[in-house]
Amino acid sequence: MSMHTSLYQLHLHENAKMTNFFGWEMPLSYGSSIQEHNAVRNDVGCFDVSHMTILDILGAGGRQFLRKLLTNDVDRLPHPGAALYTCMCNEHGGIIDDLIVYQRSPDSYRLILNAGTKDKDLAWIEDKSQGFAVGLQTRPDLSIIAVQGPNVFAKLPAILNPAQHDAISTLKRFECVEIEQYFFARTGYTGEDGLEIILPHFLATSFWQQCLKAGIKPCGLAARDSLRLEAGYMLYGQDMDESNTPLESGLSFTIKWKPQDRDFIGMGALLSQKDHLKQKMVGLILNDKAIMRANQKVIIPNQPDGIITSGGYSPTLEKSIALARVPFETKSTAKVEIRDKLFDVTITSPRFIESN
Amino acid sequence: MNQLKYTKTHEWVRNDNLTVAVGITNHAQELLGDLVFIELPLIGKAVKKGDSVAVVESVKAASDVYAPISGTITEVNTALAENPALLNQDPYGSGWIMKLSMSNPEELNSLLQEEDYNLSIEEH
Repeated sequence: MSMHTSLYQLHLHENAKMTNFFGWEMPLSYGSSIQEHNAVRNDVGCFDVSHMTILDILGAGGRQFLRKLLTNDVDRLPHPGAALYTCMCNEHGGIIDDLIVYQRSPDSYRLILNAGTKDKDLAWIEDKSQGFAVGLQTRPDLSIIAVQGPNVFAKLPAILNPAQHDAISTLKRFECVEIEQYFFARTGYTGEDGLEIILPHFLATSFWQQCLKAGIKPCGLAARDSLRLEAGYMLYGQDMDESNTPLESGLSFTIKWKPQDRDFIGMGALLSQKDHLKQKMVGLILNDKAIMRANQKVIIPNQPDGIITSGGYSPTLEKSIALARVPFETKSTAKVEIRDKLFDVTITSPRFIESN
Repeated sequence: MNQLKYTKTHEWVRNDNLTVAVGITNHAQELLGDLVFIELPLIGKAVKKGDSVAVVESVKAASDVYAPISGTITEVNTALAENPALLNQDPYGSGWIMKLSMSNPEELNSLLQEEDYNLSIEEH
């Protein structure tokens, strides 16, 4: 039996092509995923991402607990209403999940976890929370709508009341604000400016309908995937999992080493790996007409083979791009094997578009 | 226009007197979504019915196109190399993929009529 978000009937009404995503029946596309992609790059689009897990961590021990649990340090949050991106690792430094943590108040944090890792995440967090003065509460009563694109602040205000409009007009990147039952966060997974809006199911349906009426294009998971690939965002379960550390996965920036006595879970293992890395994540660009896909071989001169973890077509560059895990010593060129043929590829940083 | 015939693997065939035109069905392009690349076969290549002869790549995945009929490739639609979206926009017209000169025209009898093809896709 597949799970449905509060917007499921509306997606069917829009003739969305649906797909199974970790047990959730989600919109893949509402027609052309390339048009949806381009709407987010050039205008604004909206995504139903209610399949993701919301976990609230409440209580006086929340701050100390999260400083132990996460590679990034919630002490770096400048004030309540701020967010950071982080990994959650096991004792060996393997990535259990990547997530965003929002500080709502000194005693209240909100985590957004991947849908596919929900059960193991919750079991891990529950286990590690022993001894901390915290309560854990998942929020299956809430929907998440991401509104993303350069025109987000031009088009969204049409459907907001004055108090909501005021609140988001001063919101900086990686900040969040709550107005009545609406939680607005200036975060996203597309490489564009935008908001992620968390709200009760009964408000979500009308909010979604108003987005569409305001000319915000509904976008599915296919566009979400091509957008995040262009932005160089890793996808958990595809680009990294528990057999990789953040250091090997282009996610070193999520690790805060100081203060040393914070001793977050996995810190010891990561410290000893830090100067002996064997692998790294890179971006690949293919100038020939062919499409790179996950699991294709990357052949590097005088080095062991690498592997593509995510590949596809970039509507912005109009060529194929990929993320690949390669030996640490890899320089600027390599070949990719596609259906028994070898193609030259350029190695770049795993970020294919200018950030906006 | 000659009536099209179909395969269970979503190719269509138009018989133009010993030469057939081949493409993918509207149902196939809908399933695949936006097509972004096609690998066309070489002209002069001899193929057997059921051989993989071309690859179409959508935003999400690569899919084989199978020869619905045995024969020799006489022509390929090079316009698709520049504009694979023709496969989405006009799958039975300007989105044709290749032309084959048949080596065994009797194989045409094994292809599906339109209503049988439509039934076969409803079953899924």
